[in-house]
Amino acid sequence: MKIIISNASAEPIYEQIGKQIKAQIISGDLKEGEGLPSIRKLAKELHISVITTKRTYVELEKEGFIDVVGGKGTFVAIQNKELLREKKMKSIEDMMGDIVAEAQKLGISFSELQEMLTILYGADE
Amino acid sequence: MSTTLEITNLSKDYGDFRLDNISFSLPKGYVMGLIGPNGAGKTTIIKIIMNLIMKQSGAVKIFGKDHQKFEVEVKKRIGFVYDTPNFYEHLNLKQLKNTVAPFYENWDERTFNDLIDRFKLPLNKTLKKFSKGMAMKSSIAMALSHHADFIIMDEPTSGLDPVVRRELLDFLRELMVDENKSILFSSHITTDIEQVADYITYVQDGKLVFSKTKDDIFEEYALVKGGNEMLDLDIRKGFVGVRTGAFGFEGLTNNLKETKELLANNVIYEKASLEDIMFYTNLNLKTAY
Repeated sequence: MKIIISNASAEPIYEQIGKQIKAQIISGDLKEGEGLPSIRKLAKELHISVITTKRTYVELEKEGFIDVVGGKGTFVAIQNKELLREKKMKSIEDMMGDIVAEAQKLGISFSELQEMLTILYGADE
Repeated sequence: MSTTLEITNLSKDYGDFRLDNISFSLPKGYVMGLIGPNGAGKTTIIKIIMNLIMKQSGAVKIFGKDHQKFEVEVKKRIGFVYDTPNFYEHLNLKQLKNTVAPFYENWDERTFNDLIDRFKLPLNKTLKKFSKGMAMKSSIAMALSHHADFIIMDEPTSGLDPVVRRELLDFLRELMVDENKSILFSSHITTDIEQVADYITYVQDGKLVFSKTKDDIFEEYALVKGGNEMLDLDIRKGFVGVRTGAFGFEGLTNNLKETKELLANNVIYEKASLEDIMFYTNLNLKTAY
């Protein structure tokens, strides 16, 4: 597991950690059933408060990414890849919703937006 | 969640200084930093907890037990590190250990030796020849060799160089991997507290400003910077403290959400350090008088 946190970032630390763990679960770097460090170990290694790491794990558990098994530890939840992908798609959809709203505010047309996306995606080559 | 330390309505009047109705608590398994300017009452609070000075009113419970009625029982489980070492300057560390160890049933020779090794402390040198860093480290080694569950430290990092301070902070982090330990430590070096504390208790002029988790503090407080034209009376009132200059203002908010609703993107928001929080809170109190 690899986690890098930035104290300069405006994003709360618990979210930074959560995002990185999620990304590693989705990419398969963290395997289903694999053990995660305890909140105390994680806090010690990252030099942050136990309260922060606890919050990360609570959020991840709520979202179904990890299982906290009392007395045993914390594990990457067993779940199907489809569902994970579905979740990720949903979050991309949400972000696109924001983009559309922002574009409409500025009066950017659909074709202009499409053009931007084409270039960003690299589909114009 | 069981509570390691619970202080309720603690007061003590010295005439020229008054500790005024202080309440806070520390759950088991966490580190609390006690901050405040010099003379705010940090050491007084710690001495009252240790029953070295008498409180006038209020209650102090350690491990759920009254700190006076169960003093002996409770103190066996406390490791106390204080800032002014020490009465035994003519002794060496080995002699000091032999003096102190018999008082603790739980004294663990191996833990002590491990700590001495780790801190690279000489056993046969007299204590008066120790540097400040070595003295602090031996004080810690003495305090932590009887399996204390609650470690209380008064200004452990002041006067230490950055290298030793970092060693000490790392050591505290390692201790806290054990969820049965709790630590209370006071310091006016706020960056040290910021690095290891889960809870922060801030006292000023004998009064409690707040006692909260570090995460909550950094979510609620922020520095706000912007042009002076943004600063009308209402906005000003919303800040804990403000400084204005020729080119703009800098203020501290303790309600970031509300400030953001009011000022939106017309100003810049930055993370406030504990030092910022102390500075502006102090400013506020001064103008209030």
